[in-house]
Amino acid sequence: MNERAAVPIGPQPAADAGLTRKQRSLWGDALRRLRRNPGSMIGLALLLLIIAAALLAPVITRYDPVTIVSGERLLPPSAEHWFGTDSFGRDIYTRIVYGGQISLRVGVVAVAIAALLGVTGGMLAGYFGGWTDSIIMRIADITLAFPGILLALVVIAILGPSLFNAMIAVGIAAAPTYARVARAMVMKVKTEAYIEAAICAGNPPRRVLLRHILPNVIGSLIVVATLGVAGAIIAGAALSFLGLGAKPPTPEWGLILSEGRSYLRHAWWITTFPGLAIMITVLSINLLGDGLRDALEPRMTR
Amino acid sequence: MSITRYAARRLLATIPTLLVLTVLVFLMLQLVPGDPAEIFLGEKRSTPELLERVRQDMGLDQPLYVQYLTYMGNLVRGDFGKSLFNDQPVLDQILVALPYTLTLALSALLISTILGVGLGILAALKHNTWIDTAAMGLALIGVSMPVFWLGLLLILIFSVNLKWFPPMGQGSLDRLVLPALALGLLSSATLARLVRSSMLDVLSDDYIRTAHAKGLRTQSVIVRHALRNALIPAVTVMGLQFGGLISGAVITESIFARIGLGRMYVESILNKDMTMIQGLTLVLALMIMLINIVVDLSYAVLDPRIHYE
Repeated sequence: MNERAAVPIGPQPAADAGLTRKQRSLWGDALRRLRRNPGSMIGLALLLLIIAAALLAPVITRYDPVTIVSGERLLPPSAEHWFGTDSFGRDIYTRIVYGGQISLRVGVVAVAIAALLGVTGGMLAGYFGGWTDSIIMRIADITLAFPGILLALVVIAILGPSLFNAMIAVGIAAAPTYARVARAMVMKVKTEAYIEAAICAGNPPRRVLLRHILPNVIGSLIVVATLGVAGAIIAGAALSFLGLGAKPPTPEWGLILSEGRSYLRHAWWITTFPGLAIMITVLSINLLGDGLRDALEPRMTR
Repeated sequence: MSITRYAARRLLATIPTLLVLTVLVFLMLQLVPGDPAEIFLGEKRSTPELLERVRQDMGLDQPLYVQYLTYMGNLVRGDFGKSLFNDQPVLDQILVALPYTLTLALSALLISTILGVGLGILAALKHNTWIDTAAMGLALIGVSMPVFWLGLLLILIFSVNLKWFPPMGQGSLDRLVLPALALGLLSSATLARLVRSSMLDVLSDDYIRTAHAKGLRTQSVIVRHALRNALIPAVTVMGLQFGGLISGAVITESIFARIGLGRMYVESILNKDMTMIQGLTLVLALMIMLINIVVDLSYAVLDPRIHYE
């Protein structure tokens, strides 16, 4: 389809074809660039594998993730227990596979919360300017005085420690980033002729924002959100590691690591495998995100 | 505008932000589900008579704005209240822990700067060679590694197996090495990625070609001309990183059982010690705001083109 559209016939149709071609192939172009990037393809493959493993957890594991087996405590990795067992005789491989469900959910839910809050706020701030902008961005500025996991801690301090509150905390903590990106993008496209045209045509702000501005900023937001899932998985696991997220006996990766701390000397496998699981998951998402950035924001690529 | 005046103005500008912050921190106690007096007493110890007395002691029977003004008045006089957990003054405990956190964060910053800038420059100079690929591969792994796992791995390798460094505690240099490494290595990965791309930008600029054409040695072109300009965006990130290092100390201090603000924060949450949480929140935010001002000022030293207005 692209080849056909690219063939110029005359001045008038060529300009026309050029327009349609650009519209049609934005996502196609991005997909093609993504497919040409070996790093992001490896990342995507790994990620799909991890998602499949998490979804098929009952099928690909032989043990129960939480039942205590007193006769099989602290066994090293073997054919029976690929990643060994923990101090309660639970199979680490089983717990890690089930833990994938939790970590992926934490990542997605937290990013959904962050994007919903941040993008809404950022777009309103950028579109209306003035007081709306000042108030929303002042809130974002204050939250920036709590970088990284600190803001999540503040939220947990108010809500109390639990896995669900950890998702909310990580989501709220990440929201200012989305607000800033969304605001900057809206400011950039706001003055374009097609947005002014949409406003002049009598569209209400909600429609202009959702139908005309959002589609133009979604590419950058997808990149931020993808990399955000990686950050949220680490932050969620960190909170559980600190005892502020998932509660035992939940097979959460950060929690498994934390439980293995007392057995570092005698059972290295309890901490090593969940650590690897977190790293490989986050690495695969980062690889995919880097590729998406190159694909969706070609101007930023070197 | 001179730097001193700019600095003074930035410091003044933090006052409204600080005021908003104190309001929010004050309201934290109201936001926590449940009666502040009950939280103060803890679930087990509360009887109706005791609750009423505490409510009067804490001024909870006063209107909210009076409570806030009292709170602010106390803050200004350096009274952050007493810990609900051990009844000691909050500020005293924070001031004891502060130097440990600062030492840890600064050592981590040093490690991260040396490694990050070094690796980034190396990768940029050897652009598209195996060195570049290897350095960036390492950096990508570093970006993806959770700090709590890296910390445990360092303990496993250097304390449990090699017995080079003690696994926990504070007070001596050998006890600082592992936590600082855990914290610094990861942020060096972010820095290396940034320095590389900013160095590549600079290296393709005209003035670098001019410097080469003048017959300057490659070494001085890189150090005198390229590096100085490549480091400007790096300093921004380093400033953000330092804030990140302070917040990363939360995890590192917990892993290595070090005294510090971060570990204190986690323990206060677990103990439901609201006055301690409020005090720590204020002090940490204030510290990070000050760091951001220092970072902004440091641009002037690196880039004379920047004028403060």
